[in-house]
Amino acid sequence: MGGGHAHHLQIAGDTLLHRLPAHAKIVGLVTFALAVVATPAPGWVPLGTALVIGVALVVRSGAPGRHIGRRLLVEVPFLIFAVVLPFVATGERTSIGPVTVSAPGLMASWLLVAKATSAVLAATAFSVTTTSRDIVAGLQRLRLPATLVAILSFMLRYLSVVGDEMTRMRIARESRGFRSRSVRSWGVLGRSLGSMFIRSFERGDRVHVAMLSRGWTGRLPVLDETPVAGRTWLQVLTPAALVLCVAAFLAVRP
Amino acid sequence: MHVPDGFLDAQTSIGTGVLAAGVVAVSLRKARGELDDRTAPLAGLVAVFIFAGQMLNFPVGAGTSGHLLGGALAAVLAGPWVATLCLTVVLIVQALLFADGGLTALGTNVTLMGIVGVWVAWGIFRLGRLLLPKRLSSVPLAAALGGFVSVPAAALAFVGLYAVGGAAPIPLGSLAATMGAWHVVIGLGEALITALVVGSLVSTRPDLVAGARDLVEADELEIRAVVAA
Repeated sequence: MGGGHAHHLQIAGDTLLHRLPAHAKIVGLVTFALAVVATPAPGWVPLGTALVIGVALVVRSGAPGRHIGRRLLVEVPFLIFAVVLPFVATGERTSIGPVTVSAPGLMASWLLVAKATSAVLAATAFSVTTTSRDIVAGLQRLRLPATLVAILSFMLRYLSVVGDEMTRMRIARESRGFRSRSVRSWGVLGRSLGSMFIRSFERGDRVHVAMLSRGWTGRLPVLDETPVAGRTWLQVLTPAALVLCVAAFLAVRP
Repeated sequence: MHVPDGFLDAQTSIGTGVLAAGVVAVSLRKARGELDDRTAPLAGLVAVFIFAGQMLNFPVGAGTSGHLLGGALAAVLAGPWVATLCLTVVLIVQALLFADGGLTALGTNVTLMGIVGVWVAWGIFRLGRLLLPKRLSSVPLAAALGGFVSVPAAALAFVGLYAVGGAAPIPLGSLAATMGAWHVVIGLGEALITALVVGSLVSTRPDLVAGARDLVEADELEIRAVVAA
């Protein structure tokens, strides 16, 4: 997993999305998600706009379609929920073809699919264009508490180390004839997790001592404090602004 | 499975966000008291452990498998304050790097898994430790109880949030019953995995298990006199 999962999150490239500073992108992403979530029902046009923006962002990220498709799988459980929703919700009934479903449930289903999908698309566009190091630095510039930033950077830095360790343990298990088939194999897997904890914890201790010997003071140094141009803020806030403008325009139109 | 954007309305998301931020701020202070300046590397590695542990598949049979949620395990192994921080960081990474769980729902997810999941598990674990005999062998059992209760508790907390800020009018009784029933089953798996992991640790390195530290006597360095031949 460490190999398959951690390394291929970010896809190198030189698009506008790659060049924008990480903290500005995070602000843009959060405001976009907030604008989408705050859109009142039915919101056909604003949420349609949001979906188009989401798709456009993903396309502009330049990541291959198969990669994006795999990343979108996280949404599947909620799409299933959205399909079930019209059938279990109460309220006024409406019929589509041969079945009758709940009208408010149907509306909630559309809202859920539109809001969750456009936010997931935008978040995917963000994560394929931003390295994990830049994400940590971006959160640091956004004044996330220093300890949280440090925990986060440790987690990301050691993710593949621990992941590789897990892969080696799996190879060791399987080369001794272990096959993970039923609940009976849980004992072995549980002990594997146990020894992984010991290794992780002791590694944390060793890392700490190594850091102290290199002058660790309790906070990570800030490497990049270059001020961001107004134009950049304009660029990252465009998606949220578009959704809000469309919604506001429709609201005031007689 | 994390709550995505748009599942709960904006007010509920902001409310849980404020709650989560407050608890995380307190946890930061408390964890520093427990681990002093070792907080960052140790909590970071525990977070990695939880994150990687969630990817280890436990086969259930018929081709399906489940995985650990980790709130109870983190609480028993590292203490509840550090566990809240670890779960928070894991959720931030999942939202920002994997688009798993919405960014506006981050507060909701931290509240459900990092606060309700961790603290219910810790509370039940402490209660179990009080009631069970004061032996190392009671620790995995108490941890299993904590893991078992914490999962449906987090699910019911979610139903409560849905009642406040949910999108569709679903009959809450049946939503609570369905969520509760499913998560009791998931809780059984969580209890078993938590007990197995804690059990293996208690028998090898009990000094690393925060929830068992009061039972472990410090191993003093002992220099035995050499008996001359």
